[in-house]
Amino acid sequence: MLKHTDNIIEVKNLVKKFGSFVANDNLTFNVKKGEIFGFLGANGAGKTTALRILSGLSYPTSGEVTVAGFDVYKEGEKVKKNIGYMSQKFSLYEDLTVRENIRFYGGIYGLSNKYIKEKTESLLERLKMKDIQNSLIKSLPLGWKQKIAFSVAIFHNPKIVFLDEPTGGVDPITRRDFWEMIYEASDSGITVFVTTHYMDEAEYCDRVSIMDQGRIEGLDTPGELKKQFNAKNMDEVFIKIAR
Amino acid sequence: MSRFLGFVKKEFHHIFRDPRTMLILFGMPIAQILIFGYVVSNEITDVKIGVYDKSKDHVTHEITNKITSSGFFILSENLNSDQEIEDVFKKGIIREVIVFESNFAEKLERDGSAGIQIIADASDANTANIVTNYTQSIINNYVKNELLAQGLPYEIVPEVRMLYNDELKGVYMFVPGTMALILMLVSAMMTSISIAREKEMGTMEVLLVSPLKPLPIVIGKVIPYMVLSFINAVVIIALSYFVFEMPIQGNLVFLLLETLLFIFMALSLGILISTASNSQLVAMFISMFALMLPTMLLSGFIFPIENMPKILQWFSTIMPARYFIVIVKNIMIKGSGIGIVWKETLIIAGMTVFFLVMSIKKFKVRLE
Repeated sequence: MLKHTDNIIEVKNLVKKFGSFVANDNLTFNVKKGEIFGFLGANGAGKTTALRILSGLSYPTSGEVTVAGFDVYKEGEKVKKNIGYMSQKFSLYEDLTVRENIRFYGGIYGLSNKYIKEKTESLLERLKMKDIQNSLIKSLPLGWKQKIAFSVAIFHNPKIVFLDEPTGGVDPITRRDFWEMIYEASDSGITVFVTTHYMDEAEYCDRVSIMDQGRIEGLDTPGELKKQFNAKNMDEVFIKIAR
Repeated sequence: MSRFLGFVKKEFHHIFRDPRTMLILFGMPIAQILIFGYVVSNEITDVKIGVYDKSKDHVTHEITNKITSSGFFILSENLNSDQEIEDVFKKGIIREVIVFESNFAEKLERDGSAGIQIIADASDANTANIVTNYTQSIINNYVKNELLAQGLPYEIVPEVRMLYNDELKGVYMFVPGTMALILMLVSAMMTSISIAREKEMGTMEVLLVSPLKPLPIVIGKVIPYMVLSFINAVVIIALSYFVFEMPIQGNLVFLLLETLLFIFMALSLGILISTASNSQLVAMFISMFALMLPTMLLSGFIFPIENMPKILQWFSTIMPARYFIVIVKNIMIKGSGIGIVWKETLIIAGMTVFFLVMSIKKFKVRLE
């Protein structure tokens, strides 16, 4: 647990309102450098709203938010350089090839052509996708797209990667494979911030926060949470919180 | 910069890999200009006419025969009073009435000159124009071949009257109209759809999370469509000039500049539409119903604005295409410069600014 010393995300009294609706009600939490942080909650609990604020897609109504050491209000551009993002839709261009997608996303982060080329080769090697590098994304199965999308999200070596329900709609085996990739990224020092509503995935996280109706109702390691709520598994914890 | 170029390149990939987009971009302009062109400039056959012969002498009979035997016209009614002229036009079967003045042959022999009045139903301006031109040339041929050839220095003076739309607005309308329509379609509709597609696929989020700023994102998406729209405009102008022999009296560079301005306007409108729609379908519907139909129906492209009910005339004043059509017509047909069309130019420029400001405002609200 030595590597979990500094906080890479600090959130203090974060409030986000849409008119009179309070989507995020006074959130305060920290994410430690290098950990896999699970952000759980039912649909509409406010986790996507919080994720959008952390990744700079939306501004908070009030509160202090720092990501990778930068203030999201004043230093949004610096935040953006240091994060990666993968949405639940995988967000690849269907009519571009695997290689073109990697090339494009590498390009918008301002990486040099030489670097992109080298890294693309090693990435394709690692994903065992050399043979299909010139196939259009739309011809690939969902699980492959998901792997490419994740690789693209961390292609520029961000300090943090935000994953918004990255495993939606894929089968359990592919999900398992995908978590292997998340562990690899974590081992290489990338902090992983992941939202999900699969409770078995919550068990894979270092720490988990559970949101309900805009508030964080529980935040700890999966083991501690189970103890705290006197539950056999995360499923039960979740049900006890959401009632 | 290389970041930006990569973006533009990606956008071209999208366009060139989608057959439907390619068809709309390149097939449609050519098809439309050819269809409109040939519909408008096609030859006429079997047009039903009426003859009101006040003289009923051998010359008027000969001329009537020449006209009806030409293959273009069918004599459908013989009229006997001025009142009947109005009546047969109202019934809508007859497109043209030829009136010979009384004592036609006598006047021709005595004064060397006699008059024919050609009245056409100009509610269909193009047909009316063609029909009267044919009639006149038949009469002129008669004078040349039958009268002058015999050494008779007679002249017949045809007087053309257009009923319902006497200035013949609508002629040459199809080139400016098609141009407006195509540019609207390519620039506004295609841009709004392509931006909406990024939102729908979730790629827009990823772009916004990246260090790319929104403005370069939008510009990068818009540039390919601007280039292609401009190529389209040039193709349309070339087709109308070489195939349909539409004149370009004015300055070609000025015409292209005005076209570019209109493209800018359409692009900013497309951006505005895309800020209001989250899916391609919505973008397409808004484009179709808010842009294409009004552009076709209310801009004066198909129906003359003068003939519209007052309320639709007011509505047509907010159609950007209306002003563009006026500009293109003025430059191409009358050879006007900025001195004549500055007002229309200013209106389109104003609209461009308005759409851009609105888009930026809406975009900011979305980020809130």
